[in-house]
Order: sequence, then C-alpha cells, then structure tokens
Amino acid sequence: MSSDVSVNLKSSSYAPKVARRQFSGSVWKWVFMGSTALAVVLLGMLIWSVVKPGASWLNWHLITSMPSRRAEMAGMNSAIWGSIWLVLGSAIVSFIFGLGTAIYLEEYAPVNRFTDFVQTNIANLAGVPSIVYGLLGLIVFVDWMQMGRSILAGALTMGLLILPVVVIASREAIRAVPSSLRQASYGLGATKWQTVRSHVLPAAFPGILTGMILSMSRAMGETAPLIVVGGASQVLFRPDGPLSGFMVMPLQIYNWTGRPQEEFEHLAAAAIIVLMIVLLIMNSIAIGLREYFGRKNRW
Amino acid sequence: MNLTGKKKRQASEVAIKYALLACACLTLLTTLGIILILLIEALQFFREIPVWDFLFGTTWTPLFSGSQQEFGVVPLIMGTLVTSAIAAVIALPLGLMAAIYLSEYAGSRAKSILKPILEILAGVPTIVYGFFALTFITPVLLKPIMNIGTFNGLSAGIAIGIMTLPLVVSLSEDAMSSVPRSLREAAYALGATRFETSVRVIVPAAISGIIASFILAISRAIGETMIVAIAAGQAPAGQSGASTGWWDITQSMQTMTGFIAYVFSSDIARGTTEFYSLFGVGLLLFVMTLVMNIASQWVTKRFREVYE
Repeated sequence: MSSDVSVNLKSSSYAPKVARRQFSGSVWKWVFMGSTALAVVLLGMLIWSVVKPGASWLNWHLITSMPSRRAEMAGMNSAIWGSIWLVLGSAIVSFIFGLGTAIYLEEYAPVNRFTDFVQTNIANLAGVPSIVYGLLGLIVFVDWMQMGRSILAGALTMGLLILPVVVIASREAIRAVPSSLRQASYGLGATKWQTVRSHVLPAAFPGILTGMILSMSRAMGETAPLIVVGGASQVLFRPDGPLSGFMVMPLQIYNWTGRPQEEFEHLAAAAIIVLMIVLLIMNSIAIGLREYFGRKNRW
Repeated sequence: MNLTGKKKRQASEVAIKYALLACACLTLLTTLGIILILLIEALQFFREIPVWDFLFGTTWTPLFSGSQQEFGVVPLIMGTLVTSAIAAVIALPLGLMAAIYLSEYAGSRAKSILKPILEILAGVPTIVYGFFALTFITPVLLKPIMNIGTFNGLSAGIAIGIMTLPLVVSLSEDAMSSVPRSLREAAYALGATRFETSVRVIVPAAISGIIASFILAISRAIGETMIVAIAAGQAPAGQSGASTGWWDITQSMQTMTGFIAYVFSSDIARGTTEFYSLFGVGLLLFVMTLVMNIASQWVTKRFREVYE
C-alpha cells in the first residue's frame, strides 16, 4: 500500500509532458478523421460497385418491360408497379394507425403504467428483425385472413413493420408544437379533439409528412418480409388490384442477384441504380420539406 | 348563447378518444401476435423435435430426407454470432471514432458534409449491401489476399458492419453532443488536450448512450437478413465441403435469418417439420434480439449521467 503511494507521488508523474501529449493528441486526431473518411470511402466503393456493372444496362427497356429468362430482354416493369402499390398500401395502413397512436400518446394518454408499457412496446417493436414480421404476415394475413400471397397481405405486413417509425416521427412532430397554441384554442372554448384537429395537427403536419416519406422509403427498400409473404418467383404482370400477386424492386434485385449468369449481375446492378434513384428522390423531398417548413415555422 | 351542440360534441369526443386508444392498442396486438404465432407454430415443431435436440444439436440438415434430416440449430447460431461478431469488430470501433471526430473535432462545415453522407449510408437498402458483399467485397477486396469461397461469412460480416456503422455513429454522436459544454471547458481549464478531453471526459460521460448504440447495432446485425441471404451462402457453418469447421469464415456460413429467407425463396410444403422449423428458428431469433433491445434500454436508463 505504502509503496503504491510513493510511486504515485514521484515527481515525474506530475510533469506535464506537454509535447508528448500534444503529439499523441494529433496522432489520434488523424485516426479519428481517418475513421470518418473511411465511411465516406466505403460509400464511394458501394456506389462504384453498383454503377460500374450497371450503368451500361440502364435504359428505358429495363423500366418498361417485364422480367424474362433472357437477361437482354428482361425488365423490371412489374416490380416498379408492385413497389408503388405496396408502398402506398403500407403508407395508408401505417399513417392511420401510426398517427392515431402518436396523437393518443402525446395528447390523450394519462401518465400511468399502461402508457409506459405501450411506449416500451413500440421501442421494442422497432427492434424486431424484419423477417419476423414476414412470419407474422404469412400466418395472419396470408393464411388466417385468406388474402393469399397478395399485395394486400404484403402491404399490411409492411405497414406493421414501419408503424413504429411513423409513431416515433409523428410523436416528435406533435411534441414540437408549443403548448401556447393548445391553450389559446382551449381558451376560445374548443374541445380537445377540435384543438388537436384544427391546431396541433396542422402545425405538426410538415414533421409528420417528413416522417411518413422516410418510412415509405424504408418500405420501398425492405426485402426480407416480402420473401416470406410474397415469394420470390417471377411475376410477369402489373398488379390489377389489392388481391393481385406482386413483385417489388428489391425482390427483383434479389431474384437476379441469385442467378449464376453474369448478365443478370449487370441487370441487378442496373435495377439497384433505379431503386437508389427513387429512394434519393423520396429522401430529398423529405429533407426539402423539413428545411422549407423549418424556416417557415418559428415559434 | 347557443350550446345545443354540446352533448353531441361530448359524445364524439369520447368516441374519438377510444378510437385513438384502439390505434395504440394495435401496437400491443402486433407484439402479442408475433409472440403467439411464433409460439404456436414452433410448438408444432417441438412436438416432433425435442427442444433440447434443437438447441444443442450440432447438425442442421432440415432439407435432407429420412434419417439424414437433423434439426440441431447450433451451426445456424454460430453463423449468426460469427457474422455479427465480424460486423461488431468493424462497426463499433470505427463508429465510435467517427462519432468522436464528428462530435469533438469537426467544424460545422465538415459536419454539414459528413452527416448527410452518413444519412445516405443509413438509407441504402440492405439488399444493396448484399450485392456489394457478393460482387465487390469478396472478389475485389478479399480474393486477392486470401483463399476464400464465393459465398462466405467474412464478406457478409464486413457488409453488415458497414451497414450498422451509421447507426453507431449517429447514436454515439448524439450521446456525446448532449454532454454539456461546461465539462469540456473544465477539462481544458485543467490543461487537458482535446484528445484527453474527448476520451477521458466526454466518452465516459456519454457511455450509456454509446453502449446502447453498440447493443442496438449488434441486435441489428443479428436480425439482418438480405446481406447474409445473398453473400453468406446456403450451407450452415462447418457443413460445406471446403469448410474446416464452424469457425471457418472463408466458407459458406448460413445464419438463422439466412435459413428463413433461403427456405422461402425456394418452394416449401406447408405442414412439414421443415416448415415448422422456420418458426422454431424465428422464435429463437426474436428472443435473442428482444433480450438485446431490452438490455440497450436498461443500459440507457441505468447508466445515464444526468446534467442540469
């Protein structure tokens, strides 16, 4: 014990060693910077690995024609339409229930253990692997409710999957509305729902919309649950209704990636470019809305 | 004053409240549905295969016929744990260091460029990472330096690591940015360098958020499906011809999620033991990720430093 103290009290341990510490500090600074730069480099490689094989295969034919066993003939038209149907369907489901849940939790819910439980549960739902939602959808929607491997079953499954995201984003948007707005409305004799409908929701709308678009782009890129619910076989037609079978863009990419012929790898890369462009547009709209309304609304 | 609408208004107020409550209950119903369905269907499986044989059996050959068919899930668990560990080795240190840079070193201009790039990385669909692993990481980055199979656990793990990187960075960075300025200033006033302030003051102060982000990233890695479905191969760890054992990351290494995706991409007959085994694996996967998510929430609550 006493020897420990004497070691600690050696005068050298109080020497500032400024030069050495500053040197190691600057080395670490480059290490930290390098780690961040590596993330950028990885993104560059990711884009390169897709654009290089895919760019020359990117043309209108890819977008306007149906899948085929011959790579030169194949297109992703059915997948594009399937994605549109599926994303809109899941957006409607998650918008209704997600916004409802968010309004309840922010405006109505009493502070008690039930509310606590609902909140914890939503956080946990957000962490459930997406393929597990697929198993849920397969049994509940495809089998029990006898929807078959249809767009409806896929959209309901995907709607449940993005529900936590919508709830969390909508809650944040609603919470950002200042309480003075609510109090002014109550002061004029409005009821709770009138206040929520005419004042809170319009003020929170841009945030809710941004969250919606971001969750739709999540649904657009998600594949795993649809392998379970929809199957990964060829679909050679556009969906003609909610009970139609379907193919979506990421599933089409998966289908093409799994084939041994090299042409299909190019085709998959080209399809990825299309998917990424769609996602980029959706995310830009979301960010644009956020910036636009962020400047406009200053409480 | 005309208040005749009051009663009607109150009735609809109550109705709306309960409608909103019903929406909130749907989230509970979803959880209940997941648990019940996994349990019910897995029960069918455990009727034929004892739980013990499933959890501790070391051969996974559900699609074989007759006496060669075995349901020991250990190889799949190994595949999941090994690929997730590779992902963690990449995403955790790299993510933490990038977060330190963004929170403590980067100026506002560097931040305004770097953060959107990380957001883009976070928004890339996982199927693209799978494509990246199969057509770039394995043939371009790994083939030249080692003897590696077309489908292997290593490149899938690396791709999962890259996928979870933005999650670690953004959550850790949030945690560090919310450490109050006064702590930094106190450290500087005592003569600490920027590095010492970052590593000895800011990181310990934000440790609950950082660890929570680590756990979430690992949980995400365990649940990731498309990358492993494309790049990790369809033979369980140690069961492909060229593999030397379950630890052989240069060879095919099917994971729990990879198995589920693989079975559904080919046709499977309903009502067979193979079909129900999917739910046994799904149940195990659900429990593993649930435990990690709860752990992450617990860490956030238990170790949070609160500053006024």
